[in-house]
Amino acid sequence: MRALDRKLLRDLWGMKGQALAIALVIAGGIATFIMSVSTLDSLRRTQLVFYRDYRFAEVFASLKRAPESLRSRIEAIPGVQHVETRVFAPVMLDIEGYPDPVSGQICSLPDHGEPLLNRVYLRQGRPLDPSREDEVLLSEAFAEAHRLKPGDRIAATIRGRKRRLRIAGIALSPEFIYQLQPGAVIPDFESYGILWMARTPLSSAFEMEGAFNTVALTLTAGAREGDVIDRLDDLLRPYGGLGAYGRKDQISHRYLSEEMRQLQRMATMFPIIFIGVAAFLLNVVVGRLMATQREQVAILKAFGYGNGAIVGHYLKFVVVIVLVGVAGGIAAGVWLGRGLSSLYMDFYRFPFLLYQLRPAAVLTATFVTAGAAFLGTLYSVIQAALLPPAQAMQPAAPARYRVSVIERLGLRRLAPPTKMILRSIERRPVKALLTVVGVAFACGILVVGRFFSDATDYMVNIQFKLAKKEDLAVTFVEPVSARALYSLANLEGVEHAEPFRSVAVRLRFEHRSYRTAIRGVPRRATLYRLLDRELRPLEVPERGLLLTDHLAEILGVRAGQTLTVEVLEGRRQVLEEPVVGLVREWVGVQAYTELGALNRMLGEGPAVSGAYLETDSRYQASVYAKLKEVPLVAGASSREKGLRNFYETLAKQMLTFAFFNTLLACSIAFGVVYNSARIAFSERNRDLASLRVLGFTRGEIAYILLGEMALLTLAGIPAGFAVGRALCAQMITGLETDLFRIPLIVEPRSYSFAAIVVLASGVVSALAVKRKLDRLDLVAVLKTKE
Amino acid sequence: MAAGASPASNHEAVFQARGVTKIYRMGEVEVPALRGVDLDLYRGELVVLLGPSGSGKSTLLNILGGLDRPTAGQVLYLGRDLTRAGDRELTEFRRHHVGFVFQFYNLIPSLTARENVAAVTEIVRNPMKPEEALALVGLADRLDHFPSQLSGGQQQRVALARAIAKNPAVLLCDEPTGALDSATGVVVLEAIERVNRELGTTTALITHNADIAAMADRIVHLSGGLIVSIERNSHRKSARELRW
Repeated sequence: MRALDRKLLRDLWGMKGQALAIALVIAGGIATFIMSVSTLDSLRRTQLVFYRDYRFAEVFASLKRAPESLRSRIEAIPGVQHVETRVFAPVMLDIEGYPDPVSGQICSLPDHGEPLLNRVYLRQGRPLDPSREDEVLLSEAFAEAHRLKPGDRIAATIRGRKRRLRIAGIALSPEFIYQLQPGAVIPDFESYGILWMARTPLSSAFEMEGAFNTVALTLTAGAREGDVIDRLDDLLRPYGGLGAYGRKDQISHRYLSEEMRQLQRMATMFPIIFIGVAAFLLNVVVGRLMATQREQVAILKAFGYGNGAIVGHYLKFVVVIVLVGVAGGIAAGVWLGRGLSSLYMDFYRFPFLLYQLRPAAVLTATFVTAGAAFLGTLYSVIQAALLPPAQAMQPAAPARYRVSVIERLGLRRLAPPTKMILRSIERRPVKALLTVVGVAFACGILVVGRFFSDATDYMVNIQFKLAKKEDLAVTFVEPVSARALYSLANLEGVEHAEPFRSVAVRLRFEHRSYRTAIRGVPRRATLYRLLDRELRPLEVPERGLLLTDHLAEILGVRAGQTLTVEVLEGRRQVLEEPVVGLVREWVGVQAYTELGALNRMLGEGPAVSGAYLETDSRYQASVYAKLKEVPLVAGASSREKGLRNFYETLAKQMLTFAFFNTLLACSIAFGVVYNSARIAFSERNRDLASLRVLGFTRGEIAYILLGEMALLTLAGIPAGFAVGRALCAQMITGLETDLFRIPLIVEPRSYSFAAIVVLASGVVSALAVKRKLDRLDLVAVLKTKE
Repeated sequence: MAAGASPASNHEAVFQARGVTKIYRMGEVEVPALRGVDLDLYRGELVVLLGPSGSGKSTLLNILGGLDRPTAGQVLYLGRDLTRAGDRELTEFRRHHVGFVFQFYNLIPSLTARENVAAVTEIVRNPMKPEEALALVGLADRLDHFPSQLSGGQQQRVALARAIAKNPAVLLCDEPTGALDSATGVVVLEAIERVNRELGTTTALITHNADIAAMADRIVHLSGGLIVSIERNSHRKSARELRW
C-alpha cells in the first residue's frame, strides 16, 4: 500500500465517528431508494409475468343480462382479439364459527378447459370437476383468513337459496390481485371473498342459463381501446350494459398502479433529502479536514506531489465514506425491499414474487451519491490543493469575528460565553443555516411518518363515525320495490332502516365526463349523513345533485352550474341536472340526490338498491342470519367490522412505516447534530481549553459548544414542522385520486413526537461530544499553535 | 501597596514543592520530565525558570498552576495540598488564584479584548474591571478590538490583562515572549514587571532566553528534570533595559 493511502486510512480512522455518521445518512438514502425501486421493479415484473401468463383482459364490461349469442357480435368488433363471457354472482357466505357478515362474488369458469382470459392460478387442490355441481375454487386470501382448505365445505346463499359448496382448490387471479369489496377502501379478507365455479351450475343457481352478465376481452395489436369500448357499449346498451372500461379503470389494476405511483414517489423524494444532507455533511467535514491538514498539504507539495495527486488523495477519502454508505444502504435496502415486497404480498395477492434488484438501480444510486458527495467537497479540496506551499505552511490567519446582530440591536449585556455562541453562528451563517435545514428535514421526515396515522384517524372519524352510523349495510341484487324495506325494518332486532338507491351514470360537463353513480338518500337521513366542507350535516336537495368535492374538481364544475347526466341503466335517459352543493368525502366519488327525486328522474316508482340498518347489538347475528334468507339480498356488511379491519390492516403497515421512518430520521438528525458539534469541537478546542485553564468548569465550556448546537437544533424544529407539513402536502397531492384522498391533518402530538425524537438525537450527539470535552488535554492544546 | 518595597523580602511561601516527580508514559517507554524537584515561591517575588527545551520547566509550571498532577511528591499552595485535589478543586484553584499567560496568547477569537478579559472577570470574586486591567497593560485604546485586529504583542498583553484581572495570587507565564520579536517582547515584559511591582503578584516566568533572567529576583536553572541551581539576583534590571 502506498504511503498516502496509509495516511488516508489513518485519517479516516481518526474521524471514524463522523465518517460513520455520514455513511449512516448515505445508507439511509440508498436504503430507501433501493427498497422502493427494487420493490417497484419486483411488483412490475411480477405483475407483467402474471398478467401475461394468466391472460389478463384489457377491456371489461358488466351488464344486466345478455344472451350468449351476443358473443359472436362482440368478437366481430374490429380490434377485438379474444372474448370471454362470464357470469358473476353475488353470494352471502356462512363460515362456521365466524359471526360477522361474509359476502363474496362467484365468477364463472368454462365447464371444460381453461378460460381464454383471466385464467386462475391453482395454488392448492385440483381444478373444478365439470361433473360435480357444488364445487368451487376459493381465493387464497379468503381461504387463509378463514383457514379453509380443499375438501372443506362452506354454506352459500345465492339468490336467497342456500347451497353447500365444496372447496376443490385454492386459487389466485390477475383480475383480483387487489381483492376489494365494492365500496370498501382496503381489503377485508375475512368479510369478502372471491370464488370460482363452473359456468353451468353457477348459471342455473343464478338464473343465467344461456346468458352472461360480464364480458372481458383483449385487443389486437394497434387497436384503439376507446373505439372498441364505444362499439362494445353500443352493443351492450340494450342488455343493461353499465359502460365498458379499460384496464386502467379495473379496480384491482388501479389500486396496484396507485401503489406503484406511491413507491415511485418514495423512491425519489426521500433519497434526495438524504443525499442532500450527506453532501452537506461531507462538505463541512472535509472542509474542516482540509483546514487541519493545511500543513500536511504544504509538505506533500513541497515533496513534489502535484495538485491532481492531492485532490485525488482527499477525494478518495470521500469515496471510501460513500462506498461504505452505499454498501450498507444496498444491503439494508435489499433486506427492507424483500420485507416491503412481502408486506405487499399480504394485500396484493400474486401467486409468486419475482424479487428483482436491477444493477442499473445500484449503479444509479452509487453514481448519484458519489456525484453529490464530490460536488459537496470539491471546492474545499481544490482550494487547499491550490494554496502555495509556503503559505500553507503558515498557520491560517486568525478567524475574523464581529459583533453579532443581536448585540448591535441592543442586547449588549450578554455574558461572554453567550456572545461567543452568537458570533460563531453569525461568522458562518451558511453553515449554521444548513445545519438548521438538516435538522428541519430530519424533523420533517418524522412528521411525515406520523402524518399518515393522523390523517387516517381523521378520515375514519369522519367517514365511519360522523357520516356513517349504520350497523349493517344491505344491498339487493337489483333495485326492488320500497316494500322490501318494510320487511327489513320488521326483522326482529332492527330498530331503524334507511333506504338508498344507487344508479350508474356518466356525468358530463363541457368536454369532461366521469362514470360514477348517483345515490338517492332520504331527506332526513340519520344513518348515512352527508357533510359539507366544514363537516356540517347537509340537507339533501329535492332537486339537483350534490357532488363529492373531488368529483366537482374532476368535472371542473361549480355549484349552480348544470351537468348532463347519462343514465347507464334502465331506460338510459339523458338529463340536465343542476349542481346544488358539494359534499366532503375522502373515499370514492359520487353524486347524491333525494331518493324520491332520483326515482322521479328515472321515471320509476319507489325503488331501492339497499338499506342501512340500525340494529340492537344483541340481535345483530340473528338479523344477519335472517337477511341471508331474503332472496334479493346480495350482501350485507357490518360497519364495526369494517372499522376494525381498517385499523388492523393499516396498523401493521403504519407501524412498519413509522418505525423505519423514525430510524431514518434519527440517522439524519444524529448525523447533522453530531457532525456539527464534532466540528465545532475541533475548531474550538483550543479556545475551550484556554477557558478551562483560566478556570472555567467543564459545564461552563460545554455550554459554549453545546449551546450553539442546542440553539441551531431548536431553530431547526419549528422549521421542521413547516418542512414536514410541506412534505405531507407534496405527498398527498401526488396521491390524490378518485379512489381516495388523504386530508392534510397533522395532530399536535405528531409535531411533539418529531420534536422529541430530534431533541433526543441532539442529546445523544451532545453526550458524545461532551465526552470529548471532558477529556480535553489542556496542556497539549496550549503547547501547539493552531 | 508601595511600589518601592522589595517584595522578595517578604518570606511567606505561596508554593512549596517537595520531591516533585513527573513521569510521562509514552507507550512502552517512561519519560521522566521532573525528577524530584524542591522549590518554594515567595509572596511578591518574580522568579524566572531558565533552562533548555525538555528541562522540565513547563511541566513544573503546569503542576504549580493546577493543570497537571505530579507522579510523586507534594505541592502545597498556601498550605493546601494540590496533589490531592480533584478536577473540580483544581478548576476552582485556577479560577480564583492563578493567572496564566502562554506563548501563543490563546485568546478567544470571537471576543473583543474587553470581552476576553470579561470572560474571566465574570466568573471570579472581586476582579478588576476589564478596562482597568487593559489600561494596566497599556491597551486602554484597544478595548473593542477583536484578536484578529491586534498585533502579536497587543494580543499577548490582552492575555496578560486577562490573567491579572482576577487579582490572582500568582501569575504563571510560559514563554510569554517566545512568539514575539525583541522590541515587542520588551513591551510585554514591562507589563509583567509592572503587574509584579504594582500589584505585588507573585510571578513565575519560563524562558530559555538567559537575557530575560536579569529582570528576576531569583533565577532557577533547570536541566534534565532537576533544579541545577537557584541564583539570587541582587541587581534586578528593569524590563526596559533588556535587549536580546
